[in-house]
Amino acid sequence: MQTSSSPHLHSAAPVSSVMLRVIYALIPGVIATIWFFGWGVAVNVMLAAIVALASEAVMLAARGRPIKPFLLDGSALVTAFLLALSLPPLAPWWITLIGTAFAIVVAKQLYGGLGCNPFNPAMAGYVVLLISFPREMTQWLAPETVSGHALSFAQAAQVIFSGAAPPGLTLDAVSAATPLDTLKTHLHLGETVEAARRASPVFGSLGGLGWEWINGLFLAGGLWMMYKKVITWHIPVALLGGLLVMSTAFHLFNGDAYVSPAFHLFSGAAMLGAFFIATDPVSACTTPRGKLYYGAGIGILTYIIRAWGGYPDGIAFAVLLMNMAAPLIDHYTQPRVFGHKK
Amino acid sequence: MNAKLWRFPGGLHLSGHKTESTRLPTQRARLPKRLTLPLHQHIGAEAKPVVAVGERVLKGQVIARAEGYVSAPVHASSSGTVIAAGDFPVPHPSGLSAPCIVIETDGAEQWCERHPTPDYTAQDPSHLRNLIREAGIVGLGGAGFPSFIKLNPLGKTVDTLILNAAECEPYITCDDMLMRERAAEIIHGIRIMRHALHAAHCIIGIEDNKPEAYAALVRALRELRIDGIQVIQVPTRYPAGGEKQLIHVLTGREVPSNGLPVHIGIVCHNVATAAAVHRAVQLGEPLISRYVTITGPGVPEPRNLEVLLGTPMAELLQQCGADPSSIGHLVMGGPMMGFSVHTSSAPVVKTTNCLLAAEHAPAVQAAMPCIRCGACAEACPANLLPQQLYWHAHAKEFDKAQNYNLFDCIECGCCAAVCPSHIPLVQYYRYAKGEIWTREREKQKADVARARHEFRLARLAQEKAEREARHAQKKAELAGKNAPRETAPH
Amino acid sequence: MLSAILAFTALAAAFGLILGFAAVRFKVEGDPLVDKIDALLPQTQCGQCTYPGCRPYAEAIAKGEADINQCPPGGEAGIIALADLLGRDPKPLNARHGAVKPKMVAVIDEPLCIGCTLCIQACPVDAILGAAKQMHTVIEQECTGCELCVAPCPVDCIRMAPVQQDIRSWKWQAPLEAAGSHA
Ligand code: SF4
Ligand code: SF4
Ligand code: SF4
Repeated sequence: MQTSSSPHLHSAAPVSSVMLRVIYALIPGVIATIWFFGWGVAVNVMLAAIVALASEAVMLAARGRPIKPFLLDGSALVTAFLLALSLPPLAPWWITLIGTAFAIVVAKQLYGGLGCNPFNPAMAGYVVLLISFPREMTQWLAPETVSGHALSFAQAAQVIFSGAAPPGLTLDAVSAATPLDTLKTHLHLGETVEAARRASPVFGSLGGLGWEWINGLFLAGGLWMMYKKVITWHIPVALLGGLLVMSTAFHLFNGDAYVSPAFHLFSGAAMLGAFFIATDPVSACTTPRGKLYYGAGIGILTYIIRAWGGYPDGIAFAVLLMNMAAPLIDHYTQPRVFGHKK
Repeated sequence: MNAKLWRFPGGLHLSGHKTESTRLPTQRARLPKRLTLPLHQHIGAEAKPVVAVGERVLKGQVIARAEGYVSAPVHASSSGTVIAAGDFPVPHPSGLSAPCIVIETDGAEQWCERHPTPDYTAQDPSHLRNLIREAGIVGLGGAGFPSFIKLNPLGKTVDTLILNAAECEPYITCDDMLMRERAAEIIHGIRIMRHALHAAHCIIGIEDNKPEAYAALVRALRELRIDGIQVIQVPTRYPAGGEKQLIHVLTGREVPSNGLPVHIGIVCHNVATAAAVHRAVQLGEPLISRYVTITGPGVPEPRNLEVLLGTPMAELLQQCGADPSSIGHLVMGGPMMGFSVHTSSAPVVKTTNCLLAAEHAPAVQAAMPCIRCGACAEACPANLLPQQLYWHAHAKEFDKAQNYNLFDCIECGCCAAVCPSHIPLVQYYRYAKGEIWTREREKQKADVARARHEFRLARLAQEKAEREARHAQKKAELAGKNAPRETAPH
Repeated sequence: MLSAILAFTALAAAFGLILGFAAVRFKVEGDPLVDKIDALLPQTQCGQCTYPGCRPYAEAIAKGEADINQCPPGGEAGIIALADLLGRDPKPLNARHGAVKPKMVAVIDEPLCIGCTLCIQACPVDAILGAAKQMHTVIEQECTGCELCVAPCPVDCIRMAPVQQDIRSWKWQAPLEAAGSHA
C-alpha cells in the first residue's frame, strides 16, 4: 500500500504557472514599450531571455542541481523580461549580456538559486550596469512619434549588435533623455517644472510621452495579476501610496520645483516597479504588514532618489535597499498568531 | 437562525465531494468473522486487558479497562471468543503493530447485561461522567480524547457548550448522515452533556453545506419540544470544524495558545460523541460501533456504514463494491488531515470517521524551493508564517521554528495545499514537533542521568571519606596507645 | 545627491540603532559556561570522549582542551548545539571517538548472571539492581546505554539491545528531499 503525508489534496498552481502568469501580465506593457520605443525593446527582451536561460542552465549544471525543473520554472525568464524592459531600447548587446548574466549568475545562483536570493536579481543586474556604464545606460530614445524615425527590427538589431546607425540616420537624431532625466536636468538649471515641460517634446499630459501608456498597461497587467491572485494588493498599493503621498506633499508645497504626483506615477518604472519588480516574492517581505512597510519604503525612497538623488529614476535602488531591510521588517511584523494575546 | 458570526483567519474553499457518499442511506456493516480491538484507541494510557485468550465474551463486555485517569476502556463489539492477544496492525501513520485483542465472533450478537439510566436528570454529574467513562466514549470527531474529562468543568464556569457538526473536511459525511438519521439521539446526548456541565448556552455549529442535516436537527428540536439549543449554520470554509476555529466563528472568542476551551468558558464536543453519550447513559450501551464514511475514487458505491469497532477496513471496502487488493492508497480520515494506513487489514477504531480509498496515491509533484510567495501564510487559520516554520524546520533549527509558534500549528494542511512549490509543509512541521518532543524527553532523561551520576559520585566520595575516616581513626587509636599521655587527643 | 546620501545615512543609523537596541535588550545573562556545556551533553557518562564522564568533558571544552566533536552519543545535533553555544563552526564527529549508533540499553541474561556485582560498580548511573551472589537486572528506564558494564562481566552475560520502537516513540521523519529542493 502506498503511503503519503497529509494533505492528500493539492490545489495550488505550480511555480511555473505562477511565473507564466507574470509574463502574460507583462505582455500589454511590453507591446506598448515596443510601440513607442521601437523594435530594439523586442531585441533586448529576446537577447536577455536567451542569456538568462543559458546562464541559468550553466550555473545549475555547475552547482550539480537538476536543470530541467529549474529552467522550466520560468523565474529566469521573468528576471530577463524585467531587466530588459529597464534597459535603454538600443542598448548595445553586451550591456544586456552583462546585466542578465550578472543577475542570474551572481545575484541569483551564487546565493543558492530560486528562493534564496536576498536581492531582486533583475534590479541587481540593472544597478550594476547603471553604476558601471552610466553613459550607455542613460542614453534613451525619443518616442518614435517625436523623433519621426521608426527603425525596423533589422535596423534595431543592427544598432544593438554593431553599434552603427543605419544609413541616413545618426543615433543622436533618435536618442533623447527620458522625461524623468530631462526634468531633472532642467530643474537643476533652476527652471520651473512648467518651463521644463514646455521646453522638451518628451513630456505628455500625465507623465512622459508614451510612458503614460506604458505605465497604464503595466498597471492593467498588475491588476489582472491581483485578480488572478498571483500577487496581493499590499506591495503595489503601499508603493504607489508612498510615492503618491511624497509627491503630493512636495508638489503642494512648491509646485514649481516639484512635479505633480500624476507625473511620478506615470513616468519611468513606477508601475512596472510597483506590480512586477517590488512584488518579486523571494526578495520582498512576506508578512502582510511587512509588505506594507516594504512597499511604502520603496515608494518613499523612489521619490527621494527621483527628487534629490543623482539618478533620474529610483526604483532599482529603492528596491535593493528595501530588500536589505526585508528580513528585519519581517521579523518585527509577524502577525498575531491565533490564540495569542492581542 | 440569524446569529452574529466571526471569521477566522485564512482557510480554504475546497470542493466538498460529499454528495457521493450521502446518496445511499446508512447501512449496518456485515458482522465480520474477526474483530481486532486495539487497546489504544484514544489519547492517553493504553487500556489493560481483563480477558484471557479462550474466554467467551459478550457484546458490550469490558475486555480492557482504563488505566489511569486519561484513558478509556475497550469493549467487545460483538459476542464470541477471544482468540488472540498481541501485536496486530492498527491504523497509525507509522504502520507499526500494537497490542490488540482479537475476538472470533459467534454471530449470536448476545449482549451482556446493560444498565440503562433513562432519567439522567436525577443523576449527579459525576455519576454521569463515570457512566460515560465506563462506556469508553472518546471524541469521535477524530481526536479521540476521553470525553468524560471534557465533561468536567474543573471548577470553572462553562457558559457555552458547543456541538461540533461542521464536518469541514471534504469527503467525510458520517456526522452529516448521523444527523439526518439520528437527530433525536444527538439531541438527547446534548442534554445529558449540558446537565453534566451546567452550561447556560448550547450551540450546534454546522456548516451551511448540509441543509438536510440542519433541517433534521431543527425538526427534532421542534418535535421533542426542546428549547435552549441553538442550531447555527456557519459558512463552509475549511477548517471551520477545527475546534478553535468553530469556537471563534460562533462566539468570537479565541482559545488561548497552550490553553483549553474550558479556560474561556467553553466546552466543545462532536455530535457523534453526543449520540454515543445518549446510548451509553440512557440505553446502557458502551461505545462499540460508529458511523464510517467509505468513499473516494476507488470506491464504486460510496456510502456510510454503521460499523462495529474492530472490523477490518478491507471488509468495509468490499461491502461498498471495492476490491481491497486493487486499493493502493487508503486514508483514514479526510484528505486534508487523514493519514495513510499501511494495510487494509487494520481495524476500524473509535476515531475512524472516514476511509478514503483510491487505486493510487495522488501524484506527488517534486518539491521546489520556497519562493516566499506567502500563499501559505494567507491560508493559515492559525495566522502563522508557514514559510518561516518550514525554513527553520528544514534547516533543523527547531528552536527557531518554535519561536515562530510551531506548536500553534493545527496541522490542517491549508498551507501545503496552496503551496505552488508543492513543499510537504505539514510533514516538516510534524517532523519538527517530533524532534522537539524527543529532545525534550532526552533532555529530561539526561537530567535524570546527570542527577543519578552526581548522586553516585557523591555516594562514592562519601564512602571513600568514611573509609578514610575509619582508617585515620584506627591509625590514631594505634598511635594513641604508643604515644606519651600529654599528646593524646582529648 | 547630498540629500540622498543624508537620507541613506539616516536610514543606516536608524537600523543600526534598532540592531544595537536589540542586542542590548535581548542579551542573555549566562550561568557559568561549564554548566551550559554540560547541559547540552547527553549524560551517557560513557567516557568515549576520553574524559571520565560528561562533566569533565564539559570542563575540558570550557578550558579549550577538548574539541566539540568528541561525543558520539550526542551526535550531530549535540555538536551543532555546542557550536551554537560557543559560537564556533560545527564539524563532523571525530571518528576516533566512535560512531553515532541507535539508542541501546543493556540487557542482562539473568540465568547466566553469577551475581559478581562488577557491573554495578561500573554503572555510572546506578541503573543495575542486584546484590552479591544474586542475579542482577537492568532498570531499562535509567540505563543510558554507555556500555561500561559490558566489559567487566566475567561471564559475558550483558549485551546491548536497541531500544524498541513502538507507536508511542515513533515520530515523523523529515520528508525526503526531492531533486528540486534546496541542497
Ligand atoms: S506557499 Fe510554499 S512557496 Fe509560497 S511561501 Fe509558503 S512555503 Fe513558500
Ligand atoms: S498546517 Fe499549520 S502552518 Fe499550515 S496552514 Fe495549518 S495551521 Fe497553518
Ligand atoms: S546498565 Fe550498563 S549500559 Fe546501562 S547505564 Fe549502566 S553501565 Fe551503562
